[in-house]
Amino acid sequence: MKLENCPIPQSGYSLITLAHGGGGLLSHRLFEQVFLPAFDNEYLRETHDGAVLPQIHGPLAITTDAHVVQPLVFPGGDIGTLAVCGSLNDLAMCGAEPKYLSMSFILEEGLPIEVLQKIVESIAKTARAEKVVIVTGDTKVVEKGRCEGMYISTTAIGEIKAPNKICPQQIQSGDVLILSSDIARHGMAVMSCRPGFQFESGITSDCGSLWPAVQALLQEKVQIHCLRDLTRGGLAAGATELSKASGFEFEVHEEQIPVQNNVRAACEIFGLDPIHVANEGCFLAVVAATDADRCVRILQAQNGTALARKIGFVTEAKGSAHVWIKGAFGQRRMLILPTGEQLPRIC
Amino acid sequence: MQMIGEFRNPELVKNLCRSISRVTTQKWKIMEICGGQTHSILHYGLDQLLPPEIELLHGPGCPVCVTPSQILELAFKIALQKDVIFCTFADMIRVPGEYRGSQTLDFYKVRAMGGDVRMVQSPLEAVNIAKNNPEKEVVFFAVGFETTTPVNALAVNEAEKLGLSNMFFLVSQVLVPPALEALLGSPDNQIQGVLAAGHVCSIMGTKPYVDLAEKYQVPCVITGFEPTDLLQGIYLCIKQMEDGRSEMENQYSRVVKSDGNFKAQELMQKYFQVKEQGWRGLGRIADSGYGFRNEYAHFDAEVKYQKLYESETRTPSCEFVCRSGEVLVGRLKPTDCEHFGKICNPSSPLGPTMVSTEGACAAYFKYRNQGRGINEA
Repeated sequence: MKLENCPIPQSGYSLITLAHGGGGLLSHRLFEQVFLPAFDNEYLRETHDGAVLPQIHGPLAITTDAHVVQPLVFPGGDIGTLAVCGSLNDLAMCGAEPKYLSMSFILEEGLPIEVLQKIVESIAKTARAEKVVIVTGDTKVVEKGRCEGMYISTTAIGEIKAPNKICPQQIQSGDVLILSSDIARHGMAVMSCRPGFQFESGITSDCGSLWPAVQALLQEKVQIHCLRDLTRGGLAAGATELSKASGFEFEVHEEQIPVQNNVRAACEIFGLDPIHVANEGCFLAVVAATDADRCVRILQAQNGTALARKIGFVTEAKGSAHVWIKGAFGQRRMLILPTGEQLPRIC
Repeated sequence: MQMIGEFRNPELVKNLCRSISRVTTQKWKIMEICGGQTHSILHYGLDQLLPPEIELLHGPGCPVCVTPSQILELAFKIALQKDVIFCTFADMIRVPGEYRGSQTLDFYKVRAMGGDVRMVQSPLEAVNIAKNNPEKEVVFFAVGFETTTPVNALAVNEAEKLGLSNMFFLVSQVLVPPALEALLGSPDNQIQGVLAAGHVCSIMGTKPYVDLAEKYQVPCVITGFEPTDLLQGIYLCIKQMEDGRSEMENQYSRVVKSDGNFKAQELMQKYFQVKEQGWRGLGRIADSGYGFRNEYAHFDAEVKYQKLYESETRTPSCEFVCRSGEVLVGRLKPTDCEHFGKICNPSSPLGPTMVSTEGACAAYFKYRNQGRGINEA
């Protein structure tokens, strides 16, 4: 792939127009001059209605995701890196190695083609680094005001590499909860540049692929019972969902949860609890107690998960299953999911 | 983290709890005024670290919660006007209110109905929006206590400097001391000690609480928001009650100076004047709010959109069901309300105390096992 040679479209248009989505000449130019050179591969080059892929031997994992982040570019990433990593991370949580991606772009009339190009380049770069091939896609253009710049919808296919099923039903009493890194960076990075909330913080998103970390655990035969990437709703939502789905109680020790100082400060200012704030490169692993220390050591040796640590454990539920947070003063409180989005407070 | 970690030090917390236990010999009821303090107490489980003799009553210090429903209805109507951009603090977005006597709305629904409602973190952002959208009328929902009012005044000041004729403020600004006085002076008052809201005092100074402590013979301890602040405030308050003293004491001296913030006061006085104000739960209280001075009435959204105001006073039907009024004055514990955790929860709140990040019902729901005892699990 020769990104540096990616030509700026010579169509005379510097902005996306409705004609770019019309299926005519401008649509073709957009594909040939923007998407194809960046994503170039044998399947896409066929310019067929769908991609015909070779047989995969292991069981498959498939996931689908929509990306609507605002702003399109934020500290530490953009909607492109987010779309690729988000999809691959969902596969990684199933213990699957990412193979193929399908991407659908909904573009807003008036979007500068230069911006699209930048996002497409970052998608190509991330996909290449993660060894995943974008084999098919689609582009639509909607009238100005009907979407904010662009939305990207993805579907990813991966090959299962885990010897046993990784899912909430595998969770057992006595399992240990391991957090792969510090939390709340993505949510606060995006908030720091959102109109109405802008603040200087130096916080960058943790947006990144989790497959290398999961792959390392699988190669070392760590007994992983369940994995969950802690995106919307953060650690709180992830832990609560797993507890409910497995029927077991989780106890999480608040002091053990790493949060960067600038992230904690931003959360304080906005009255947010970091455990509710979104991540894009952080996961919770539920592993057999006998493998917990080894799991932490393996993760700590990996890029991006150097701060991995044990944050709690799984116990039998008495009644309905909940997540309990144990605070610094020994107080215990039950975690509940926030109703909607995180709303900063007045004073 | 410096300036936070120290105030959450488990060793200090333990020591303060021991000191409190040592000086407590009988039952005491203390009210913390500010919703921020209520949330801190429940988040850290501080009430559970206290001796059983001490009961904490949660006060009316949540600006979203005390905003009268009539103003909220006017806000919905304004926000639904064509050509209006309605700006509000995020906290207000999910507060339910009546609309035209039948429908219950909140700002999410107003948005879905086509209203241009925007969340802002500061009123100055609303002024900026007005500057950049001269063809639109921009209205900022200026709710708040003495802490928020100076920033609202600053925004009016900015709009005035820019000569904006399309910027309006829907004002519902309240003052703590008159409301506290209404509580302390009521015949069924139960409050024996007060933890005054530190941030309000940082603007207004300590003087009002010297007077209140003397007039009502009740200790008033100006208190911060961190665990050690609150426990130290409680300790000082109990000590006074046990000693039979009723004085103003300043626990939050690292922030609160006796004269307060003179510049902020000056700015507020320039644009606003003290007036009678309606409070949800407390009714109308003389001299308990800040409204526009006559010479700045051209910024007043209530004047601008007068035709939308329905003058007949009626009690919205949701107020019959929701008991937030009693919660706001410390007469009803959220968990003792028959609706708590049943038909009323953060997903479908009956009233503001279940919505706001400073509302007492929301605090109990969030930190107290949805109302069941914390050790019950």
